[in-house]
Amino acid sequence: MRHGAAALTGPPCARLINTVSNNVALARTGNAAELERFREVQRLCYECADAVAATLEPGVTEREACRRMRRWLRDRGVDDWLHTPFAWFGDRTAFQGFKVPTQFLPSGKRLEEGMPYILDMAPVREGFSADIGYGGVLGENRIWQQLDTDLAAYRTLILDLVRERRAFADIYAEVDALIDRQGYQNRHKKYPGRVIGHQVGIIGGPLPKGVGFPFGVRFLQTIGRELVKERLEGRSPLWNGARQSQHPPTPGLWAVEPHIGFRGVGVKFEELLVVTEDDAYWLDDDLPHVHRWAARETAQAAGGAAQAAGGAAQAAGGAAQAAGGAAQAAGGAAQAAGGAAQAAGGAAQAAGESAE
Amino acid sequence: MSTEIRRRRVRGDGVDLAVYEQGEAGRPTVLLMHGYPDTHAVWDEVAERLAERYHVVRYDVRGAGASSRPFGKRNYAFSYLMADMRAVLDATAPDRKVHLVGHDWGSIQAWEAACTMPERFASFTSISGPCLDHVAHWTRRNLRRPTPRNVRYGLGQAVRSWYIYFFQTPLLPEIVWRAGMGGPFAKALELGEGVAPRDGHPARTLPRDGAAGVGLYRANMLRRMRSPLPRRTDVPTQVIIPTKDLFVSPHLVGGLGERVPNLSLRTIPAGHWVVRSHPDVIARWIGEHITAETGGALTESEARELRRAKVTPDRRPFEGSLVVVTGAGSGIGRATALAFAERGAEVVAADLDLASAQRTAELAHLLGPAAHALQVDVADAAAMEDFAKTVLHGHGVPDVVVNNAGIGMAGGFLDHTPDDWKRVLDVNLWGVVHGSRLFAAQMAERGQGGHIVNTASAAAFTPSRTLPAYATSKAAVLMLSECLRAELAGQGIGVTAICPGVVNTNITKTSQFVGRSAAQQENDRKRASRAYALRNYGPDKVAEQVVRAVLRDRAVVPVTPEAHASRLLSRVSPAAMRLLARLDLG
Repeated sequence: MRHGAAALTGPPCARLINTVSNNVALARTGNAAELERFREVQRLCYECADAVAATLEPGVTEREACRRMRRWLRDRGVDDWLHTPFAWFGDRTAFQGFKVPTQFLPSGKRLEEGMPYILDMAPVREGFSADIGYGGVLGENRIWQQLDTDLAAYRTLILDLVRERRAFADIYAEVDALIDRQGYQNRHKKYPGRVIGHQVGIIGGPLPKGVGFPFGVRFLQTIGRELVKERLEGRSPLWNGARQSQHPPTPGLWAVEPHIGFRGVGVKFEELLVVTEDDAYWLDDDLPHVHRWAARETAQAAGGAAQAAGGAAQAAGGAAQAAGGAAQAAGGAAQAAGGAAQAAGGAAQAAGESAE
Repeated sequence: MSTEIRRRRVRGDGVDLAVYEQGEAGRPTVLLMHGYPDTHAVWDEVAERLAERYHVVRYDVRGAGASSRPFGKRNYAFSYLMADMRAVLDATAPDRKVHLVGHDWGSIQAWEAACTMPERFASFTSISGPCLDHVAHWTRRNLRRPTPRNVRYGLGQAVRSWYIYFFQTPLLPEIVWRAGMGGPFAKALELGEGVAPRDGHPARTLPRDGAAGVGLYRANMLRRMRSPLPRRTDVPTQVIIPTKDLFVSPHLVGGLGERVPNLSLRTIPAGHWVVRSHPDVIARWIGEHITAETGGALTESEARELRRAKVTPDRRPFEGSLVVVTGAGSGIGRATALAFAERGAEVVAADLDLASAQRTAELAHLLGPAAHALQVDVADAAAMEDFAKTVLHGHGVPDVVVNNAGIGMAGGFLDHTPDDWKRVLDVNLWGVVHGSRLFAAQMAERGQGGHIVNTASAAAFTPSRTLPAYATSKAAVLMLSECLRAELAGQGIGVTAICPGVVNTNITKTSQFVGRSAAQQENDRKRASRAYALRNYGPDKVAEQVVRAVLRDRAVVPVTPEAHASRLLSRVSPAAMRLLARLDLG
């Protein structure tokens, strides 16, 4: 199953490379069963993120959070890593002052009330991998709230543009333009290779399972091989804004990770995007951030509606008062007021219904 | 008429005091204390304005005006002065707290009163007269820690106090006053402070007032400087600091917050006799302070100004300031708006593109107080008039205005059409002209100073064959800023020209490259954007420089290293600049 058709196609050099490094392949998007395996790993990741996030409290260090993620995943059958889990707290979520790659590694920074955090993990289980990013905040933080709300637009934008089969570099530029409009900073350009996304696949091969600070050896092998192979076809398994990404979306599984920052607060999401020959879709829509954004949108809509309803009720109240005045003049004050109140109630109900 | 002055005499501690009342007696009482060598009449303009809303009480301090002049310095000690004040209060406002205001020696007495009988006062406004004990503490602290700054501040006050040493000599001061010092004094007042003589001030009794009042210095100064008392007060206090005071250093308020928990500081670009030169502002500030402390209704801009004045431990440098930024929808404008918001300023973000301005306002509100977005075309004179009025009526007079909106244009001179020139000059130069003109007028009228920042460019002093129109417009902005700075300096309004250099903003994406086809133009834009992105100098850093320039009142601020280098070279070797100008960057 792991020796895909891919090994037998493509130019001769690519075939050679595939034959040499057997047992490894990028995901094939036509295989529903295989995709299901990837989806399972991704769900596992988000379960882990939810579980670990629930244990975060003031004073926990990034290293401790990463340890908890590693243990949780190991206990559930994870046997290798694309990279070991990352956790960033506070202004480290926006990679503030990051100059050298070692700064990405978990540090002794302690979580405090009101601090944003990002958990990022990329485990491999029985060869199937996922790579996710999970943003959150301990308590209240207005900036984080706004950033997270605005982050939702990128999920839609990227998917739409990939479906239009725009070149990866162009999509990157469009994302940059949106970041600029929103007044934020592009933080994914700080990642190795300035990537907004990278291809993932089935990880295997003759090399030992192990971690080479912090990337998995086998993942490095895979991505290195793909870098050569894809380069020969004028493509790249890394998706950034450079010339190498000036090509239409490559079919496969892409871990997409837009990361935006503002004033020492960073948020990102990362999840798997399935790109086929002529379409694209997110591997899974049943994810915490997707639900969070939907809930927020409904709440906002409801808030607007409630306000409208409030206004209507007030207007109805005014009408009731006027009616009350008139009724008093007629001498049947109490009865009329009751009727008017009822009328006001009806109006409010009607307003509520219309708002819904 | 309620502003009619009612005169009476009150028996103080062994002296007769001339007391003057104005305004309805049922209104809250304001007690105005005059200084040396003045009489109650120094307050005439302020009292007239306050009498419309308050019961205003003034009196001639012992030794001055129509009050008695006891002989001997002993009779001018604080204990007698306080007894006089109590007598006046008992006679004019027996059962209630009054609002205390003091100028010069009146303020020194008022400090003593606010610290020793706080139960009698609802609020206190001090103008140009520190608490003597605080000055003694301040001096001792400076001597204990003689850092260069402390030494400078200390010497500054020591020099300003020249007359105090003179007053300690026996007899001589009295002789000088009696020998006809009144005339030169009035002249000096007019020349040095811009305060023309009028009926009542300087008083006809000046020679006698001057001679008798020397007792105030002799009785109290040395004693308090030698052994200062631990003075503090819980009375809500507002200190008005004239920044051009020739006798009281503005730095004397240092550390005052520790002794006065409820403290507000307000600076005004004026001299020592600010109550005569700026009666409108002083009366308004006294009224605002009283209104705030008695829980009255304030307008939005009054409340903001009070917030600006309040001294709190976590105060941000632009707390309560109103900052207007044009071209705030992107780039340097947006970054500047956010930098000010982050420091507590209320921001008005203006842009041709309203949506982007709104976004800036949204972000500014995340960092600071509520922000506002307005649409404006800076090139349109009528639109700018409307804009300035909208800001004034909606939010008040801005404290800082950043005329930042601008467009880029590149290409050979022969390729620029007259319309190209008009467009560049309309936005880059006229936009700044309109913004400076309208808002400087508002600031000057308010009389509380302010700051105008104009975004010029390193191109202002870097000739280039590729940027004739753009560089010309920016050079004009630089010169305009310099001229304006010279003119407004006397009114406490600073003017800064910011010269950023190559900064990575979307100006490259909107710049016009004249004499090119549409496709070439697109290509040029991309090329320029790439080059600017590669340079990677963000607008945030420019914004930090803008904030710094306002805080330090800098005239011309080159930002990027290349802007600094270019400015240096343009001064050291203009010929080299001319050679470089020949490089075709297009």
